[in-house]
Amino acid sequence: MKEKIIEARNLTKKYDDFTAVNDISFQVEKGEIFGLLGPNGAGKTTTINMLTGMAKISAGKIYYDGIDLTKNMKKAQEIIGVVADESNLYDEMSGYDNLCFCGSLYGLSKTERENKAKDLLNIFRLNEAGNAKFKAYSKGMKRKLTIAAALIHNPQILFLDEPTPGIDVASARQIRDLIKTLNEKNTTVFLTTHYIEEAERLCDRVAFLNKGKIIMIDTVNNLINAAKDENLIEVVLKEKISEKVQFALKLNEEFPYVNCSFKNDDTLNIISSKQIDISPIVNHLSSQNKFIIEARLHRPSLEDAFVKWTGIEIDLMKKEKEKK
Amino acid sequence: MKQSIAFWNILLKDMKNYYLKPPNISWGIVFPFAWMLMMFIRTRTVFNIEEVFSGIVAMSILFGTTSMLSVTITFERKSRSFERLLLAPIRMELLITAKITGAILFGIFNSIIPVLFSVLYFKAAVADWTMLVTGIILLSIISTLLGLFISVSAKEVFEAQTYSNFFRFPMIFLCGLFIPISALPVLIQPLSYLLPVTYGVDILKYSITGDNALSIVLDLAFVITFCFVLFYSSLFFIKKKWII
Repeated sequence: MKEKIIEARNLTKKYDDFTAVNDISFQVEKGEIFGLLGPNGAGKTTTINMLTGMAKISAGKIYYDGIDLTKNMKKAQEIIGVVADESNLYDEMSGYDNLCFCGSLYGLSKTERENKAKDLLNIFRLNEAGNAKFKAYSKGMKRKLTIAAALIHNPQILFLDEPTPGIDVASARQIRDLIKTLNEKNTTVFLTTHYIEEAERLCDRVAFLNKGKIIMIDTVNNLINAAKDENLIEVVLKEKISEKVQFALKLNEEFPYVNCSFKNDDTLNIISSKQIDISPIVNHLSSQNKFIIEARLHRPSLEDAFVKWTGIEIDLMKKEKEKK
Repeated sequence: MKQSIAFWNILLKDMKNYYLKPPNISWGIVFPFAWMLMMFIRTRTVFNIEEVFSGIVAMSILFGTTSMLSVTITFERKSRSFERLLLAPIRMELLITAKITGAILFGIFNSIIPVLFSVLYFKAAVADWTMLVTGIILLSIISTLLGLFISVSAKEVFEAQTYSNFFRFPMIFLCGLFIPISALPVLIQPLSYLLPVTYGVDILKYSITGDNALSIVLDLAFVITFCFVLFYSSLFFIKKKWII
């Protein structure tokens, strides 16, 4: 097992009678991308706020690389970078000045912060806009500069609260690539997102959070595999089958351990609760002079896993977020 | 060292972004002029400069600093850029000191014009220059801290402005600036002694005329005590209300 860099023990946050986060515990390993997924009001931002010192902890403990956050918050803040869910730099300052100012907050010398600011503008492809005021930036550029500002002091852990909503596709893609690159350079990334595909693409491990409780926590692959109730293989035939029901019944007789049905005129679904050996079925179809164009294993997604474990419909979650 | 870099850059950022903007500089020049002109029109004659000197200096500081700090902090909180400061590894005491230092310097700047004009143009006599400088600095600090205290409760910029006026206007009439405290109704007089500005104004009066209502030692002791009380109570409420 890798070394843990974040450890949250029995974390609870109460606002009067309302419990926003209810006794959650998790660990984040050094160098991994950890995702926190959940609908609106699940407690994601409250969790990030507690982890970064922006919200008081009602109960529980947080450790960063052994540093007790509750006892030494400022020491812990030295090793983290935080990107809030909204861009929060200074409108009247240029991108370059914003980065230099953020560097000064972490005690970087003038030369250090100037060099780092130039490097970051270069990495985030914002060199040309470096001298423009932040308020003149597009939403995507603002987001990129906000992430750059969180990296000015080379933090060991980067917190990203909803990094890509509302920005153009190219910027979102660039941000995702940058997160991957950062992670390859051993920065631990803790992100919250309501884009499940984003989490699936980026995260090593994911926690599903709902109503302040962690429902499931595991690697993306394990979560997906655990969501798999059945094995499904889709077989696409060159010709359309007119007698679909009869054809399927015949196949079911031949291969009683699977359930065959037609998805449409030329696509056959082969379903089984066990792993399917496709070769005898393919051979059988070939012997029947059926030309097979494609046979693919249908893999459930993280979205399927999320729906299964939380019972929340993704579309509803997205709509809620977009409304917000 | 790291903390001092952060302190200096927060101060520098606030000076550049807020206090050294042309509208604010012109405020520091135009506002004292307007007050002097008002005095002149009111009396319809050449006024006794020593009588109004402390009043104009005090009002220039009070009106400049209280609203400036409360508005800038509320604005930064609203735009969430203040979060950046809270997330940085800077002690809260140092962060708040950096934020108020800019406003204190702005208050001192606001007092320069009325002092220069009163002394150089109107030939006002200053009884004690050291106490005048001390009074200006202390009044700038106390007015700034009042602004900080206001910003703790304000969520919107307009609220910060409204609360500032709510505090400032009664204070002008209760702090002995225009009406001696002894001339106020007996029931209101205790209220005057609860206002930190009362003691700051008394120091200014002493420095200019050599005459004041209270003892100068008492004035200094009260102002310094109020500074500590306001600073630490603001800090307490910031930690309680802003990091929830």
